[in-house]
Amino acid sequence: MASHAEAVHAHVHSAPTGFIRKYIFSLDHKVIGIQYYFLALFSVFLGMSLSLLMRIHLVWPAIHLPFTPGGQMTPEQYLALLTMHGTIMVFMVLTTAPQSGFGNYFLPIQIGAEDMAFPVLNMLSFWTTFVSLVVMVAAFFVSGGAPIGGWTSYPPLSALGEIVGPGQGAGQTLWIVGLAIFCAASLLGAINFITTTIDLRAKGMTLMRMPLTVWAWLITAVLGLLAFGVLLAACALLLLDRTAGTSFFVPGGLVVTDQVITWHKGGSPILWQHLFWFFGHPEVYIAILPGMGVASHLLSTFSRKPIFGYRAMVYAMLSIGFLGFTVWGHHMFISGMSPYSAFAFSMLTMSIGVPSAIKTFNWLGTLWGGQIRFTTSMLFALGFVSLFVSGGLSGLFLAQPAIDLALHDTYFVVAHFHLIMGVAAIFGIFAATYFWFPKMFGRFLNEGIGKVHFWLTFIGVYCIFMPMHFLGIAGHPRRYADLTGVQYLSSLIPVQRFISIAAFITIGSQLLFLFNFLWSLWGGKKATEMNPWEATTLEWSIPSPPPFDNFAGHVPTVYRGPYEFAVPGAPHDYIPQNLTPAEAATGLTASGAPVKA
Amino acid sequence: MPGVATTTEEIELQIDPGRGGGAAIRDGGDPGRGDGQSPAYQRASITGITLALGGILMFFLALTSSYIVRRGVTTDWQAFPLPRVLWANTAVLLLSSFTIEMARRALGRGAVAAFRNLWALTSGLGLIFVGGQLLAWRELRAEGVFLSTNPSSSFFYVLTALHGLHLLGGIVALAYVALRSWQGSKVGRATGAEVAAIYWHFMDGLWVFLLLLLTLGR
Repeated sequence: MASHAEAVHAHVHSAPTGFIRKYIFSLDHKVIGIQYYFLALFSVFLGMSLSLLMRIHLVWPAIHLPFTPGGQMTPEQYLALLTMHGTIMVFMVLTTAPQSGFGNYFLPIQIGAEDMAFPVLNMLSFWTTFVSLVVMVAAFFVSGGAPIGGWTSYPPLSALGEIVGPGQGAGQTLWIVGLAIFCAASLLGAINFITTTIDLRAKGMTLMRMPLTVWAWLITAVLGLLAFGVLLAACALLLLDRTAGTSFFVPGGLVVTDQVITWHKGGSPILWQHLFWFFGHPEVYIAILPGMGVASHLLSTFSRKPIFGYRAMVYAMLSIGFLGFTVWGHHMFISGMSPYSAFAFSMLTMSIGVPSAIKTFNWLGTLWGGQIRFTTSMLFALGFVSLFVSGGLSGLFLAQPAIDLALHDTYFVVAHFHLIMGVAAIFGIFAATYFWFPKMFGRFLNEGIGKVHFWLTFIGVYCIFMPMHFLGIAGHPRRYADLTGVQYLSSLIPVQRFISIAAFITIGSQLLFLFNFLWSLWGGKKATEMNPWEATTLEWSIPSPPPFDNFAGHVPTVYRGPYEFAVPGAPHDYIPQNLTPAEAATGLTASGAPVKA
Repeated sequence: MPGVATTTEEIELQIDPGRGGGAAIRDGGDPGRGDGQSPAYQRASITGITLALGGILMFFLALTSSYIVRRGVTTDWQAFPLPRVLWANTAVLLLSSFTIEMARRALGRGAVAAFRNLWALTSGLGLIFVGGQLLAWRELRAEGVFLSTNPSSSFFYVLTALHGLHLLGGIVALAYVALRSWQGSKVGRATGAEVAAIYWHFMDGLWVFLLLLLTLGR
């Protein structure tokens, strides 16, 4: 066995030397992870710019904005921004960065593998995702512009073509095709993640010794595997309704702008909603679960305490993943569903509060009595917990059909899903970025700028989304381009203005992050130590950035769980997973040298 | 964990063998074989195709569910007689599952020539099946049953087309297994053949399921 542990084997594929194979069509999971990250970084600034335009238009509708032919934004253009903001953020940011980005980079390293199980498939996943982004963004540049149906693209609006509005022609078609391509890419990625975790763990890396980040990526991949196929099927049927004259989703007897639609009949728009949300609800967890993994990981590391209730955390994530497939109907309470169905969906939805509360209390239990180190990444992890709680609580309101009927099409829902799915997941991404940046690029992000970035963002997002709850309760509907002239909403204009100003400041502070990120790549403090955060998992046992095959041919062997902090009697306050029991007990290697724990 | 423990590491691992702790890629191949093949990668190939079939299953279940809902919620559903050639196609596809299994076993015995013949035969049967499906389409077209004629015909075309595409993918996989050089590969032709066969059997079973749906669910 010792010979195995010392053995040096050829990498599954040798290190490439040419630029194209090294950086463009790379098979290295680390490069692919960074490619995903940059794709998400581009997308998040694109998506954010769209929201900026929307926030300006909402409070100053008369203002002349760029990219609006004629200078004045039409309601349709507003809806196009809304659609593309949602789509790009959900798919190209929240689905790619936490899972495909960081998961790709760190899952193989954290389980002691030298790459993903299927490197070629991995490369294909990224480039397929890239193509889907290009196809989607192309919707802006075709006749009629981007689609106006929202990120859920309900038929009949999404199925009838140009007749129902600009953007519903070529733009909507590109949107569906882009999304279908994205589904295929995500399926390939999910297969790779699960297989790698099942079959390529290092010796001693049992399931219950896996870092919670790995558990989160694994469960997320399972959700993706089961959900994206359903969305792909729905996209195929919707595309046929648009292009081949079928009637899967379009009912008969529709009248659109004084024209009777005669070429469709009998279809069920509700069917699309079921298919979409069967995917769409797990998608929420696809976005947030990796953040939960990162938050757990960082809270333990920077509290210098073992995670409180490791197994409970694993089972809670598994429960959330499972229950996530049973609650899609809560997005459809106002579709006219049977109250009995609504009751079932409501009960199941509220039961997700149980594993969510288990996670939250375990996070608090981890912090309790810890020697907390307030690094920027720790601040973002704490921010994640905060946002998860405040975003999650409003979910309990919306889970009740009677309340949802009133709040469904208001800003209350906008507030809810932005806090829980959007911003919490983004905080998970930021936490992961500040934490792993030195490992990925060999330099630190600037902590000072990082902390300013954290506080501006943290306070900023609360200033944006907390008041939206009040807008919703006051009856302010969402998705409208301009309601400034509406009498009963006039008293809410100052609130909307406040939200917009908060949004400008928050968006502006993201430029701090962008500057920090780009500047630190070349000018940041060098991460000379392998393990600057004094963490325990395998990625901190190798140089920063890691060599091509991660462990330079040496098989890591794992002896213990991932969160061995403050072990009584140990020479250090943390014991890395790969230290032998003798090294861990004495703090000395076999040759008598001090262990660089 | 064979042999006698001699180092602390080994003792630790034997005390706590870490249920399921991965054997990982770098366990290398079977040391006695010297062919560079890796059991971990062979396992990963089987895991990978199993997962892929899980994803494909969800895809077709979504379509099945749509079929049932679309048929149930509206009154415009009109059944049409299924082309008889489908039954012949089904027989051909079932036969191909036998031939691919025989091919795989022949490879296991080292009978490479028999493997190649049976493998080619399977691909041929697959092509005949796809051709037969096209004949069924032609027959329907002649009777004026098109994609958008009725939801029942829409689903017929969609299900047969998507299954046919997946089967064509299987034929490409068969060709890949037969034609690629497996020299120096981590998995070897036997594993490649096994993966392709698992996929093929699944496509066979899936077709039987779809046919039952299309006949009994009319």
